[in-house]
Amino acid sequence: MFDNFPLWPDRASTAAGNVDALFIFLLIVSGLMTALIFTAVVYFSARYRRRRGVPAEQIEGSTPLELTWSFIPLVVFMVIFAWGAVVYFKSRTPPRDSTEVYVVAKQWMWKLEHAEGQREINELHVPVGRDVKLIMTSQDVIHSFFVPAFRMKQDVLPGRYTVAWFRATKPGTYHLFCTQYCGTQHSGMIGSIIVMEPAQYEAWMSGGTTGPLSATGEKIFAELGCVTCHRTDSQGRGPNLQGVFGRPVQLEDGRTVTADENYIRECILDPGAKRVKGFQPIMPTFQGLISEEQLNALVAYVKSLSQPVGAGTKTATAAPQDQDKDTIQAAGSQVNP
Amino acid sequence: MHDSSTAAVQSNASGEAHAAADNPALLHHFATEEQQRDSASLGMWIFLATEVMFFGGLFCAYLIYRGWYFGDFAAASTSINAALGGANTAVLICSSLTVVLAIWAAQTSQRGLLLAMLALTMLFGCAFLGIKGIEYKDKFDEHHVPGVSFSFHEEIPGHPGQYANPQHAQIFFALYFIMTGLHALHMIIGLGIFAWLFWMAWKGRFTPEYHTPLEIGGLYWHFVDIVWIYLFPLLYLIDRHR
Amino acid sequence: MATPSGPQGERENYLNKHYGVGSWLLTTDHKRISLLYLLSITFFFFIGGFFALLIRLELLTPAGDLVQADTYNKLFTMHGQVMVFFFLIPSIPAVLGNFLVPMMIGAKDLAFPRINLLSWYLYVIGGVMMLHCMLTGGVDTGWTFYVPFSTAFSNTKVIEAGLAIFVAGFSSILTGLNFIVTIHRMRAPGMTWSRLPLFIWAHYATSIIQVLGTPVIAITLVLVVAERALHLGIFDPKLGGDPLLFQHLFWFYSHPAVYIMILPSMGVVTEIIACFSRKRIFGYGFVAFSSIAIAVFGFLVWAHHMFVAGISVYAALVFSILSYAVAVPSAVKVFNWTATLYKGSIRYDAPMLYAFGFLGLFTIGGLTGLFLACLGIDMHVHDTYFVIAHFHYIMVGGALMGYLGGMHFWWPKISGKLYPEGWARLAALIVFIGFNLTFFPQFILGYLGMPRRYYQYPPEFQVLNVLSTAGATVLGIGYLLPMIYFLWSMRYGKPAPDNPWNAAGLEWKTQSPPTTFNFEEEPVVTWEAYNYEELDAPQKQEVPVAR
Repeated sequence: MFDNFPLWPDRASTAAGNVDALFIFLLIVSGLMTALIFTAVVYFSARYRRRRGVPAEQIEGSTPLELTWSFIPLVVFMVIFAWGAVVYFKSRTPPRDSTEVYVVAKQWMWKLEHAEGQREINELHVPVGRDVKLIMTSQDVIHSFFVPAFRMKQDVLPGRYTVAWFRATKPGTYHLFCTQYCGTQHSGMIGSIIVMEPAQYEAWMSGGTTGPLSATGEKIFAELGCVTCHRTDSQGRGPNLQGVFGRPVQLEDGRTVTADENYIRECILDPGAKRVKGFQPIMPTFQGLISEEQLNALVAYVKSLSQPVGAGTKTATAAPQDQDKDTIQAAGSQVNP
Repeated sequence: MHDSSTAAVQSNASGEAHAAADNPALLHHFATEEQQRDSASLGMWIFLATEVMFFGGLFCAYLIYRGWYFGDFAAASTSINAALGGANTAVLICSSLTVVLAIWAAQTSQRGLLLAMLALTMLFGCAFLGIKGIEYKDKFDEHHVPGVSFSFHEEIPGHPGQYANPQHAQIFFALYFIMTGLHALHMIIGLGIFAWLFWMAWKGRFTPEYHTPLEIGGLYWHFVDIVWIYLFPLLYLIDRHR
Repeated sequence: MATPSGPQGERENYLNKHYGVGSWLLTTDHKRISLLYLLSITFFFFIGGFFALLIRLELLTPAGDLVQADTYNKLFTMHGQVMVFFFLIPSIPAVLGNFLVPMMIGAKDLAFPRINLLSWYLYVIGGVMMLHCMLTGGVDTGWTFYVPFSTAFSNTKVIEAGLAIFVAGFSSILTGLNFIVTIHRMRAPGMTWSRLPLFIWAHYATSIIQVLGTPVIAITLVLVVAERALHLGIFDPKLGGDPLLFQHLFWFYSHPAVYIMILPSMGVVTEIIACFSRKRIFGYGFVAFSSIAIAVFGFLVWAHHMFVAGISVYAALVFSILSYAVAVPSAVKVFNWTATLYKGSIRYDAPMLYAFGFLGLFTIGGLTGLFLACLGIDMHVHDTYFVIAHFHYIMVGGALMGYLGGMHFWWPKISGKLYPEGWARLAALIVFIGFNLTFFPQFILGYLGMPRRYYQYPPEFQVLNVLSTAGATVLGIGYLLPMIYFLWSMRYGKPAPDNPWNAAGLEWKTQSPPTTFNFEEEPVVTWEAYNYEELDAPQKQEVPVAR
C-alpha cells in the first residue's frame, strides 16, 4: 500500500500465502458475524425503543434456536480449526531435503551458521526457492525467531533444539525480530533475512568460509576424543555413529527413541539419560565444556555420517536420503509432550 | 411499587429468633444454627479443595520429573530415611484417630477426654515435626540440601556402577524440601489451630449441639494427614523393592 | 417501617450508621468492604493507567527516546501485573459482587464476613508489597514471569513482585470461597437456583475458577521465588530443569484467570440488558449453563498460549480444538443478549450504553480469539500486537465496560445519589471511541509483525502507533469523567429513590443506600428473576427518574 504506511505484510514465502488465505477467511467470517450482531443490536434497539403503552414482550427462550446457534458456530469453528491445523502441521514439518542453518540465540543477537560453514550475525542469506530448515537453540533465555514476511515463528529455548523451516519466494530483505521478551535489548534483537536469486546466492556463498559445519564437527569429534570410543568398527566402547542419525535407537531401559538433533545433543550433555542398550555407562558428560556452536558442529557431523559420501553440503540438489524412510523427522523432535 | 413480591415479604424468622437469642454462638447474619454449621463445613471443604490445587502444582512437577529422571530420582529417594518417614506416617495416622476421638468426646459431653485427645493430637503433631527435623538435619549433613553446597554421588538402584546425575538428584531434593516443607508449614498452622481449639474446649465452649470449630479443624487436620499419605510413598519409596 | 433519621434528616443506612476510621477498617459489613475495595482498586487502576500512558507516549516514535530500555521493560511488566492482579481480577467481584451477592439472594451478609475483611487486608498487603517493589526498582520480567529469564537473568525485584502477587492471590481465593458458600447456603426461602439473577450465576462460575485456579499460580510463584533465591534447577535447563514446565503451570491459572475477569462483567451486562429492555433474559437456562461451561472448559485450554513455545504438534492440536469449544458458550451468550433486545422496550440510559459498548467490543475481541485459537494464524500473530489488541478488547472493552456499566447501574443503590446522566452518556461514548481508536490499529500492527514488548520499532509502524496513542488519550479522558462525576454526585447528586430504574432483583427492594443488614425481614421469594412483566404492569405509574 503506502510506502511508509503498510497495512499488510510482505508475502515472501510459500507459507505466507496459506496463512493469508486462512486469515482472510477468518476476516470474512468475523466480519459477517460482527455485521450480523451489530445490525441486530442497532436495529432492535431502534425498532424497540421505549414507547408509552407498548410493553416489552416476555419471551422465555427457544431451545431449537439455542441449539442452532450453538451448533452452527461449532461447525464453522471446526472448519477453521481443521484448516488451521493443516497449515500449522505443514509449517512444523520441514521437508526432507532442506538446507540446514544452525541458529544460536543469545542476549541480544542472532548467531547463524550455515551447514556449508558461513557464519552470520543478525543476518541470514538464503536463496529463493530453497527449503531452509533452522535448527535453533539459545545460550541463555527463551527467544523467538520471527520473520513476519514468511509468517514464520518459533520460540528458541535453552537446553534443546527447536526447528522451523521456510521456503522464500521473493528476493528482498525482510525483518527478523526476536519476539519472546528476553531482557533489556529485546527490541534491539532484530536483523534481516536477505533472500537472493540463486546465482547471487552462490556468489555470496563462495565469499570465504571456514568449511562445512560438519567438517568443523569432525575436527571437534577428534579433538575431544569422541573418536576413541565411537569407532566405525564394532570394537568401540561407544556405539558406532555411522548411519545412526534419524533412525530408531533402542535404549537400555527398554524405550525406543529417534536419534534426532535433540537426542544427539542430550547424549553429549547428559550421557546417562538415554543410554543405548548394550553399552556401559562410561561416557563422560560435556556439559559446561562445550559451546552451543561446537554442539551444533558435532550434531552436523553426526548427521553427515548418515548421508552418502560427498553429500555433506547441500549446494547440489542431492538425491533424497532413503535410509530415513521409516523414521520420523517431522515436527522438530522434542523431549517433552 | 405494587407487585406480588411486596405482599410476599413476611417475617418467618420468629421461630429462629428464639434460638438465636438462646445461643450466643449463632452469628447474626445466619438465620439458623444449621445454616451456620453447614456454611462452615462447606467453607472448609472448599478451602481444602484450594489446598489440593496448591499442592497439586508441586505433585505435577514431581510426577513429570520422576517420569523423565526415574533412575536419578530412585537413587535420591533411596538416600532418604524411609524408617523415619514411616514413623511419621504412623504418627499422623494416630493423630487423626485422636482428632476423631476428640470430636466424639465433644458429642458425648466428655470434657476430660476431649481435652486429652486434643492435647495428644498436638503431641503427635510435635512428634511429627521433631522427626522431620531430624530428617532435615541428616540431609543437611549429607550435603543433600539444594544449593551451592549440594553434592550427590550415589548409585542408581539396580544399576551397579552407574551413578545418578547429581543435577537431576538436586531437582528431587528441591521438590522434596519444598513439598515436605510446605506440608510441615501446614502442620505448624494445624498446631496453632488445635491450640486455639484446646483453649476453647478448656473454656467449655463446646457442647453436643455446638462443636463446629472442632469439626472443621478436624477436617483440616485430616487433610494434612492425607497429603502426607501421598507424599510418603512418592518421595520415600521409589524403587525400594530392589 | 420507619428507619431512624441521620443528622441531615437522611435515613439511617450502612454509610452513616457508624462514623470513624475504625468503623471502616474493622467493618464486617459486606457493603463497606466493597467500598474499601473500590477505593483500593481505583488507586491501582490509576497506577496501571499511568504506566500505560508512559508506554503509549514512548511508542509515539520509532526510536526509544522517552525512557531507557530497562525502564520500558519495567513499565509494561508492572502495567500488566497491576492491571491484572490488582485491578481486573478483584474489580467486579470485590466491589459489585461483595455489595450485591448477599442482597440479590436475600441475605444479610456473606457467609464469612470476617474472612471478607481479611481478604481485603490481604489485597492491601499484597498491594503495599507491590508498591514497595515498584518504588524500589521495579520488576522487568513481563507479567508472565517466563523462566529462565525471571529466575536466573533478571536483575530486578522478581521475588518481591512474586510474593506480592502470591499474597493478593489469597485475597482472590477467599472472595471466591465466600461467594460459593454464600450462594449455596444463604439464599432466602424460595430463592431457588433457577430464580437466581444471572449476575449470581456469573459470580458463582467465577468463584469456582478463583478457588481452583489461583492456588496453582500461587505455588508456581513459590517455585520461581525458590529457584531464584536458592538456584534449585526446577526450571533451569542447565541444571536439568524444564522452562516449559513453568509455562504450563503459569498458564494453567492465567488462562482461567481471564475468565475470572470476564464472567462477572457478563453477569453485569445481563442484568443491565434485562432492566433496560424491560424483559427477562432470552434463554435464562442457556446463559446460566454457559457461565458454568466457560468456567469448566476454561481450565482445559491453557496451552493455546504455547503453540510456538516448543510443545508437540499433537498437544497443539488438542488445545486448539478445545479452545474452539470454549468459544461456543461465549458466542451463545452474545446471541442471547441480542435476542433479549428483540421486542423489548429499550432505553438508552448510561448503563445500557455501556452494555451496548460491551456487546460490540466483546464480540470483536471474542472473534479475534478465534484467530488466535487457529494454529495456522497463531504461528504468525503470537507474541505480536495482535494478541495485545485481542486481550485489551476483552479485558478493557469487555470487562472494564461491564464494570463501569455496573457502577452506573448500581450507583444509586450504593451511594444513595444519582450520577449526572448527560455526562455519563458522554463518557460512555468517549470511552467507546477512544477505545477503538487505541486498540483497533494494534490488530493491523500485529499482523504486520510488530512484536510485543518492543520500545523501539521499524519506522513503517509509526503511523498506526500514533493513532493508537491518540486513542489512548481520548480513552483516558473517558475514564476520568466518571471518577469526577461519581465523586461530585456523592456531595451534590440528587438523592436516589430506592429503585430508580424500577429494576427487578431483591437488592432494589432495599433502601438506597441500604441499611446495614439489608433487609428488615427476610424476604420469601415466589417470583422469577426478571419479573419485568409484573413490575411494568399497568396499574402502577412509572417512577420518575431524575436526570
